[in-house]
Amino acid sequence: MAKYMEMIRIRFLMMLAYRTNYYSGILIYSINIGAYYFLWSAIYGDKSSIQDLSIVQMTTYIAVSWMARAFYFNNIDREIALEIKEGKVAIEMIRPYNYLGMKMMQGLGEGVFRLLFFSVPGMVIVYFIFPIQFTTHPATWIYFLISILLSFIINTQINLLTGIATFFLFNNDGLIRAKRVVIDLFSGLILPISFFPVWAQGVMDYLPFKGISYISSMIFTEGFHGNEIFHGLLNQTLWALVLFIPIQLLWTTAKRQLIVQGG
Amino acid sequence: MSYLSIFFQYAGQYLKTRLTYRADMLVEIFSDLLFQAVNLIFILVVFGHTSLLSGWSKDEMVFIYGFFLVPFAIFGAFFNIWDFTDRYIVKGEMDRILTRPIHSLFQIILERMELESLFGVITGLGIMFYSGHQLGLSLHWYDPFVFVLLVAGGALVYAGIFVALASIGFWSDSKTDIMPMMYNIGNYGRYPVNIYNRIIRYVLTWILPFAFVGVYPSAYFLGRDEWYGYAFFTPVIGVIFFGLSVVFWNYGVTKYRGAGN
Repeated sequence: MAKYMEMIRIRFLMMLAYRTNYYSGILIYSINIGAYYFLWSAIYGDKSSIQDLSIVQMTTYIAVSWMARAFYFNNIDREIALEIKEGKVAIEMIRPYNYLGMKMMQGLGEGVFRLLFFSVPGMVIVYFIFPIQFTTHPATWIYFLISILLSFIINTQINLLTGIATFFLFNNDGLIRAKRVVIDLFSGLILPISFFPVWAQGVMDYLPFKGISYISSMIFTEGFHGNEIFHGLLNQTLWALVLFIPIQLLWTTAKRQLIVQGG
Repeated sequence: MSYLSIFFQYAGQYLKTRLTYRADMLVEIFSDLLFQAVNLIFILVVFGHTSLLSGWSKDEMVFIYGFFLVPFAIFGAFFNIWDFTDRYIVKGEMDRILTRPIHSLFQIILERMELESLFGVITGLGIMFYSGHQLGLSLHWYDPFVFVLLVAGGALVYAGIFVALASIGFWSDSKTDIMPMMYNIGNYGRYPVNIYNRIIRYVLTWILPFAFVGVYPSAYFLGRDEWYGYAFFTPVIGVIFFGLSVVFWNYGVTKYRGAGN
């Protein structure tokens, strides 16, 4: 366990060394939040609420889902793909740790860094520009923190799956890009799931993506009431557990038919 | 040597290299389509909850998005200069470019082209024809010519802004994130400008004129005569911005000092 903790720490310090790169990131996210803010204001027009969300809740939803994205988002699929292509994965495999576990910890180190140096200051800045409301219930904050941790796990698991797919596809830049687009839409980042037509919501109930953004953002904006919060967290937990199965299966198959190209 | 024949030589070579990895190219085109679909789905889903958005109907919004895709695809196919500083200045590739007797910017356009982006033109046209049909728009004999002119204007606006930003690389080769930022600002142009406040609208019209890529030229085809002035101004803005950026580029080239040995 200590070596995994160490990995989180090292990644964190690595990110800290390049922290200036993140100031512009906050600006880019704010630009995106701004675009959606104006769009949603126009959509609301003089309606006071759509799908039980007021315009202030909606603005908060957009802001928090972008800022939470900074936490759960990582490029480990790209990193794994690169290590497989360059043959480095062979060396990683003989090291005395679980390769996938280590990748996940690196992602977590990055995530914690971005949470502290990107999401939190970003949220404060956005708070001064757009009409956003923070909840004062401590319980909501705790649920939210649990929820984004689960978001991170689900998103990272999907990244691991995409990364491992390189073993079979050799070049999966296209898949990585497609995955990112699918997640942006189906996770509820650009549009709350409750806005979709009912049949589409039914489909998304059977997909893991809404656990990445929608559930945590709805908890934060208090768009979920009572049992909905627990249902949401339960849904996330189940997906986080279920997704380990395909990862293990793919990983075992991949190791068996591994061809190291160079290295 | 004619620039046109050089262009076709490069395009021919490019197609050969791309067709070697057909599967990869297909996945790339597919993920482009997916990306375009996401924005379309956003518009469609949103209009499940409202009938008008600042006076624009669903089909009009879809039409504007369809139009936007066409100049954006042309820009994406020929102006991949977002990593110009890294690729040409820091790595010293610019030295190679400058020893050849063709305009430096033209060479970079040729080297970095990504012709598969042009599929966006087809998607855009498809979306426009579909929503135009829904709106009952009719085509005049001169509309295709106006379309070409307005699309060219829109693509030149994008090109002008990004060429100008790339030129900054001649003075400073430090890493900036101004290019990705500009791509995100460009997204504002996909939607009607009257949903934004006065300041942003002004910026999108006169300073970073992304509104001339989407809503202004579309207004002509949608018959929104209150915006006609802006619509017909599109090619002018395009030529002005692109012209200025080329002047800026040429001036930058004279300041280029190479990167080390």
